[in-house]
Amino acid sequence: MMRLVAAVFGALVASAAVAAGPSVPLDRAPLNLNDKLSLQRGAQIFVNHCLNCHSATLMRYSRLTDLGLREAQIRENLLFTTDKVGDPMRSALTAKDGKAWFGVLPPDLSLTARSRGPDWLYTYMRSFYRDPASKTGWNNTAFPNVSMPHVLWEYQGDAVLKAAGKPGGAGQLVIDRPGRLSPAEYDRYVADLVNYLAFMGEPARTKRVQIGILVIFFLAVFFVIVLFLKKEFWKDVR
Amino acid sequence: MAVLNKPPVTTAGPLNGILTWVDQRFPLMALYKSQVAEYYAPKNLNFWYFFGALSLVVLVIQIVSGIFLTMNYKPSASEAFASVEYIMRDVPGGWLIRYIHSTGASAFFVVVYLHMCRGIMYGSYRKPRELTWIFGVLIYLCLMAEAFFGYLLPWGQMSYWGAQVIINLFATIPIIGEDLSVWIRGDYNVSDATLNRFFALHVIALPLALLGLVVAHLMALHETGSNNPDGVEIHADLDPKTGTPRDGIPFHPYYTVKDLVGLAVFLILFSAVVFFAPEMGGYFLEYNNFVPADPLTTPAHIAPVWYFTPFYAMLRAIPSFFNMQVWGVIVMGAAVVILFALPWLDRGRAKSIRYRGPIYKSFFAAFIVSFLILGYLGVEPTNVWGEFGKAVPIVGGDYVATWVARVLTAVYFAFFFLMPWYTSIDKEKPVPSRVTS
Amino acid sequence: MSAIVLDQVNERKRRFLILATAAAGGAAVGATAVPFVASWFPSAKALAAGAPVEVDISKIEAGQQITVEWRGKPVWVLRRTPEMLAQLDKNSALLADPDSKSAKQPAYVKGVGRSIKPEIFVAVGICTHLGCSPTLKKEIGAASDMGGDWPGGYYCPCHNSRFDLAARVFKGAPAPTNLEVPPHRYMNDAVVLVGEDAKGA
Repeated sequence: MMRLVAAVFGALVASAAVAAGPSVPLDRAPLNLNDKLSLQRGAQIFVNHCLNCHSATLMRYSRLTDLGLREAQIRENLLFTTDKVGDPMRSALTAKDGKAWFGVLPPDLSLTARSRGPDWLYTYMRSFYRDPASKTGWNNTAFPNVSMPHVLWEYQGDAVLKAAGKPGGAGQLVIDRPGRLSPAEYDRYVADLVNYLAFMGEPARTKRVQIGILVIFFLAVFFVIVLFLKKEFWKDVR
Repeated sequence: MAVLNKPPVTTAGPLNGILTWVDQRFPLMALYKSQVAEYYAPKNLNFWYFFGALSLVVLVIQIVSGIFLTMNYKPSASEAFASVEYIMRDVPGGWLIRYIHSTGASAFFVVVYLHMCRGIMYGSYRKPRELTWIFGVLIYLCLMAEAFFGYLLPWGQMSYWGAQVIINLFATIPIIGEDLSVWIRGDYNVSDATLNRFFALHVIALPLALLGLVVAHLMALHETGSNNPDGVEIHADLDPKTGTPRDGIPFHPYYTVKDLVGLAVFLILFSAVVFFAPEMGGYFLEYNNFVPADPLTTPAHIAPVWYFTPFYAMLRAIPSFFNMQVWGVIVMGAAVVILFALPWLDRGRAKSIRYRGPIYKSFFAAFIVSFLILGYLGVEPTNVWGEFGKAVPIVGGDYVATWVARVLTAVYFAFFFLMPWYTSIDKEKPVPSRVTS
Repeated sequence: MSAIVLDQVNERKRRFLILATAAAGGAAVGATAVPFVASWFPSAKALAAGAPVEVDISKIEAGQQITVEWRGKPVWVLRRTPEMLAQLDKNSALLADPDSKSAKQPAYVKGVGRSIKPEIFVAVGICTHLGCSPTLKKEIGAASDMGGDWPGGYYCPCHNSRFDLAARVFKGAPAPTNLEVPPHRYMNDAVVLVGEDAKGA
């Protein structure tokens, strides 16, 4: 009876995960939240290329000390405006200008890694292609008709969408004008950025897992103690 | 004063003096004896009997973590979402308190559903325990309301649109529906007014109701004594020397010690989720709820949290008749309210499923399976299993999942509606006079 | 007859296991209390709002005072003239606590001037009586509106407490102590950081 319940439940969870999946196939983001250097590089990329338009108002610069940076380093390398170290990461772009230039205010990125997931972000940042028909001149296979231009085009280079062999099939992205980085280097570049976005979505994550290991270990010991206690007292029960 | 002639407390070592002082002014020892040290429970309580105590534990967990969340949460539409992230990032230890509360909400339903399953399986609702069962169903209703109000508070996309959908259900009630929905919301749309009142209900009104009902639930239980997996009444068979049930053992120390083991296992599973998978694949913390509420953007897929999905599937399965959509709402409500009637629907002789006949066991198995599958269907969009071919009679062109949900809803209700019939004709096994195992 | 038969009771083992459980349980409760107690400490938002404030003193002219906000409190930065400094040594007879024995100030703030550098004076502008903010009366003697023997200083309009140009309280004033000097340090010659002690302090 219990096995039936467990089997049904297992099937529910597995199939739900598949059925709720996206229509665009996603590449797996090579996350490593323990790689502090990758996170620092990602923070630099974010501040240099994303913060111009996207805010991360739920994230304070001071939290970047979790990445192994000192406040002085944060001040020198990552604070550009008149912000102070304790301030949240606010973009200079106002809602009014955002709407005027892009049609929509670029969304706050504090939690995007939790709502869309790192795999989506990793795929999205590597799926831009030239599209003369769009307003910005760019389009994206992971987010059709997105209002965002390809901010990192100098690094990745220009891609075009080559039509699929058969109708209804997905096209292929082919880079016809190479950028500063090779495809493998650009993948690494985006991986650092996505790593940082994942950190920004939940800065406490690393600590959470560390404390969790200790807690489970302690509870296992506690379980053994109370099990012996129970067995000893229940010797009385006939 | 005669009351000062009570025998002093002698079993607490250095605390004897102060406990005696209290006992002369408060029924301390009387309560301790009757509710714990000399409350005789059946000696054969099994795994299924952990979940009542665990429900109490989770209630305490939710109250304590909830109090600390309230210290930093801001119940206004403009500040709520950011205040939750403030707790997650800026408040020392805030992330842990938040995850404890979000995991605790789901843990509450896991534990309560298992607790109710035990009650149904072993006939714990049967005479003389009908009132314990009724208090329990009232607790379940309050718990669902508490979870519903609490879910609006983070003010994410799922919070907002889930509340919008559920409150709109009230609008389907003929004549008064629209005005009723406006009254519930305090506005024409789910807004700051709705959030503020849901906050008050979630933080103080329903917790008080829950606490009162839990106390009543336990008092009623202790008045009749606990049931057991064999459905045998242990108080019918007392040891002549001691006056205590022959198949009974004092709750303390035997069940306090056993419940500690259950607690340890529960805490391991609970902590594993809190520390390693608090989102639980999007089932405990939904991905779309990390996007602030936007009244102008409806999410592609609105589903209630997993513990409501069986009833949501029933709601969606019932079509509109006579231009009214209220039937689905009525069926959904009836699915919960029918539980109140259980003690009177059951005409069997045996209390426990162990001694029931094959018809009951089949209906019970079907009931559980249909509840689980309905739960799955409620999570998924209605097109999850595709459509019937147009040429198929009756169901042609409709979603497969909708018809499956209709059939399963009927199975669910059949367990209850047909119970007076199949329990009276079922071939039961003879019930023993003493407990087994 | 009864379900409980007490013929196998190992008292020592039971006592040990109860103790072990109580110890582990106590540790668990203590550990669980940690995040809840921690949540009451100032959050990152409070720390940011209460963070030290940089003050550019290069633009302050001699005899001029500016006010900055630190932790919700007004903090004065006064550039004292040599005349003002000279006056400080002569004030002892007027003061209740000329050596700042019971005043709230960091250990590195020296002498009668109660400052790191004598010409730059930093103080919290809240009267130690009941919290009003005193007014600067920097003119010495007849030039001020405080009478001919006014040595220059601060005057609190609420209950008439007076302080000299090192914010030391006058005798007979309702204010009990000299005004507070906050922790502060020099980042360089032009910038004072209010709210942070000097390194090694």
